[in-house]
Amino acid sequence: MRYRAEVFVTLKQVVNDPEGLTIRGGLHALGFDSVTEVRAGKYLVVTLDEVDTGQARARVEEMARQLLANAVIEDYRIELKPESPSPAAGDSRGQSPSPLVGDGRGGALPA
Amino acid sequence: MKTGIVVFPGTWSDRDCAHAVSEVLGQPARYVDHREDSLDDLELVILPGGFSYGDYLRCGAIARFAPVMEAVASFANRGGLVLGICNGFQILQEARLLPGALLRNASCEFRCEWVNLRVEQSESAFTLDCRPGQLLRIPISHGEGNFFADPQTLEVIERNGQVVFRYCAPDGRVTAEANPNGSLRNIAGIANARGNVVGMMPHPERACEALLGSVDGLEVFRSAIHALRRVAV
Repeated sequence: MRYRAEVFVTLKQVVNDPEGLTIRGGLHALGFDSVTEVRAGKYLVVTLDEVDTGQARARVEEMARQLLANAVIEDYRIELKPESPSPAAGDSRGQSPSPLVGDGRGGALPA
Repeated sequence: MKTGIVVFPGTWSDRDCAHAVSEVLGQPARYVDHREDSLDDLELVILPGGFSYGDYLRCGAIARFAPVMEAVASFANRGGLVLGICNGFQILQEARLLPGALLRNASCEFRCEWVNLRVEQSESAFTLDCRPGQLLRIPISHGEGNFFADPQTLEVIERNGQVVFRYCAPDGRVTAEANPNGSLRNIAGIANARGNVVGMMPHPERACEALLGSVDGLEVFRSAIHALRRVAV
């Protein structure tokens, strides 16, 4: 099974974030006065093949601990989804899948 | 002092280090490829500055997994002398051979300038020839040298005397103005508990000849020579 893991790495709340502070300053300069805080971080997408969700999550957790985040200064959050396309799901418009089959075979011609 | 200078893809200060050790100090030195797995012929290992692996993910994060780093860890655990300069300091922290981490400079600027350092202790292998309170003038050149450690770790390294160098004013006072990057307590360099592994952001190899503006960096390398003699006796 193929999985897509999104890993969000951010500096711990106790760690000063000069990048976030600078971005906040920029937003204030643009007039976004309501902004109280900006935290900058990293966004990583890891695609992997594993037998099931539990195994995939365990592997990505391990990756985050060993390499993707530095526990001294960073926290991480993982969002995991199966990536394999599922033909039955995802079509909420109530249309029949048949137009795909008939495509290019005269289906578009007027009766 | 048989010296090995580790070269990762993206290391840039290796030749400066080799020049200081072999040309200025007259000590034998060789480059160590990042794929090597034995450092048995060496007495000092230097991890020089640069941008190993493009500084991708975090400075030093990928270099830490280079084959040579296992050899560096066992070399350090045997009591071998290890000096991490700039990117080398970042790598030693990623490898957990030194505590803490180095964040982006508080100014968000890359800082390339001369700084004054106050030597905080003369127990480490790289400050043996100095006296506590001595001032060294050595350049920095980094964007991520902002020393951070959690309060407990900070307390431990202060109590153990592991803080080796602090950024200071020309008169030796440790002030906020003298801090080029926002480092906690102006920390510029630290040692492990045993004192054989030191990491520092400033570049001593670039301050070894009067022509370059300072010879204070020699103190760091001469201390290492002294430390090796002391072990041999």
